[in-house]
Amino acid sequence: MRPLHELILLLVVLTDFWVLGTTRLSSMIRATAIQGALLATLPVALSSHPSVHILGLAAGTLLVKAFVLPYFLSRAIREAAVRREIQPLIGFTASVILGAAAVALAFAIASRLVLPGVQSDLLVPVALSTVIIGLIVLTTRNKAVTQVVGYLVLENGIYTFGMSQAERVPFLVDLGVLLDVFVGVFIMGIVVFHINREFDSLDSTRLTELRD
Amino acid sequence: MLILGLLCLPAAAGILAYLLPSRPVRLLLLTGTAGLHLVGTGCLWWATDLSTLGGWFAADALGLLVLTLLSLVFLAVAVYTIGFLAAEPLHSGRLFIGCMLGFLSAATLVALAHHLALVWVGMEATTLTLAPLVFYQRTRRSLEAVWKYLVLSSVGIALALLGTFFLAAAQVEGRPLILEDLIRTAGSLQPGLLRAAFIFLLVGYGTKMGLAPLHSWKPDTYGEAPGPVAALMAGALTGCAFLGLARATEVMVAAGQAEFIRPPLVALGLASLVIAAGFMIGQTDFKRLLAYSSVEHMGILSIALAIGGGGAYGAVLHLVGNGLIKGVMFLVAGNIVLLSRSSEASATRGLLRQAPVTGGVLLAGLFAVSGSPPFGLFISEFTILGAAFRGGLTWLAVAMLVMFAIIFVSMAKMLLGMAYGESAESRPLAETFPLVAGPLALSGLVLMLGLYIPGPLHAVLAEAARALGGGPP
Repeated sequence: MRPLHELILLLVVLTDFWVLGTTRLSSMIRATAIQGALLATLPVALSSHPSVHILGLAAGTLLVKAFVLPYFLSRAIREAAVRREIQPLIGFTASVILGAAAVALAFAIASRLVLPGVQSDLLVPVALSTVIIGLIVLTTRNKAVTQVVGYLVLENGIYTFGMSQAERVPFLVDLGVLLDVFVGVFIMGIVVFHINREFDSLDSTRLTELRD
Repeated sequence: MLILGLLCLPAAAGILAYLLPSRPVRLLLLTGTAGLHLVGTGCLWWATDLSTLGGWFAADALGLLVLTLLSLVFLAVAVYTIGFLAAEPLHSGRLFIGCMLGFLSAATLVALAHHLALVWVGMEATTLTLAPLVFYQRTRRSLEAVWKYLVLSSVGIALALLGTFFLAAAQVEGRPLILEDLIRTAGSLQPGLLRAAFIFLLVGYGTKMGLAPLHSWKPDTYGEAPGPVAALMAGALTGCAFLGLARATEVMVAAGQAEFIRPPLVALGLASLVIAAGFMIGQTDFKRLLAYSSVEHMGILSIALAIGGGGAYGAVLHLVGNGLIKGVMFLVAGNIVLLSRSSEASATRGLLRQAPVTGGVLLAGLFAVSGSPPFGLFISEFTILGAAFRGGLTWLAVAMLVMFAIIFVSMAKMLLGMAYGESAESRPLAETFPLVAGPLALSGLVLMLGLYIPGPLHAVLAEAARALGGGPP
């Protein structure tokens, strides 16, 4: 039987593709919530004897990434009439293909990186895939809220990579990182709300007044 | 104790300022905290035991320089804020002052943390505490600016976190991510992972510094942020961002990777100089002009790190001088916006007559910022160029000189036009004490750096340069 953490990591990649392939903003936010919940279980699944530190990290991640942030983002778009991502810079099929290429690239890079003490062969490639897919979402989508989702996915990838060092990074630092991400997305959500009210649109492509 | 006090005091004052009902008390809290922070920082210069909490925090030479720069610029900005908010009586200043104090706490964390993940936590916190201040004017333009600032800085900083984790992975012995242990055991760091870590840290903290081509948020953000906020960003925040890059450089130099870091640092630095020079030609908005000047000076710092040797001494001196003069220039810019209600250069003429002190400091600042004698930036740029010539990098030094010349002409053209010329009919600016005290004091310090560097300062600069693999020229 494959260990539990490999299953979790595979599901993380699937949620990446869910974010890439869906047109509905609410569905996209749900995907990040599920990804957050998966990531919360990851530290527990990876360690044989979960310490208080690991359990605290899992609980904090679950609270912030699976509940608070997705709830907050759906609040931010509820006010807006637009519920779909329309006219992305590259089409949905194309971006899924691009995502597949990203996964292949991530596996190629990961096979060349020798990380001491990594618990799973899948951890690094999944982390790098998630980072790259987050960057794809960030750069190819027009809606401000989708870009926030892209940032969250990117951050989730880095968090996954950080799991390889979870035992070595003190809890205080984990807490600080989590708090920063929380406040970051919170402020971005407020700005999304203002963009929506000011421009009657969630389109960040409308933001073109400042240029040289 | 002192270090923990410096970290916690501004945060506590910030929360208090947000809760307190009256604006005068809030302003008192702001300036009082800024003053105490400067006193505490001064004490660190004489303290002997500079490490606390098992090596998590320490005031080494580099951190002390950044902290001192931060403290000086912050005090000037705090005093300025009194005058700035007086011009807008309806504004409560609750969020404004609370966020400023929060920024002071976060930036102090960056300067004093020796745990590289904590450095990251502080760095992201500086981004977030300043975001509401960029959006202060609540216009469409400032909305656009804060969006670009948030997304680009956060993504950049996220990559720096990835780099920090790579660094942790590269480490096989010693306490994880503690700077002292990283440097002590640098020989055993895994080279492949270490190089990957440096590239991510360079991209991440380079975005925060505003090195081209990662600078695109900078002109927009500095252009739209109110004068005092832009002064904090260009004066103090860039120093913190540079410190992040300098920490990575320290580890790389200790690990014998100085040759590896040179090409990327020179490439980004040179790109910054070229792009700054290009976009300053024909620029019509003087806050954006100053933002490109900040890009230029970040480029100089990056190149100076790459040159090493005497260049490292030049880099740390330039860091201090540039931070101080950028504080001056953006506070002056704040005064000009108060006077003309616009940051378009064409809206301001005859500044020397309408606001003599502001105009005078602007003129002095023009020469200081472009590295003319007798100001501090002349000494540092001279040191860096000298190190480049001695290191056989003549082409690099010549390229830098050409860019300096182009940039000086563009800046002089705009700023001289603003200082002289026939003034419009607008009423003169009441140059109250808070509005001019900060710029005058900081420009005095920049002048002092050019004429005389006190002994203790020289010692700390030399020690910081040695940590970066260089030394006094």
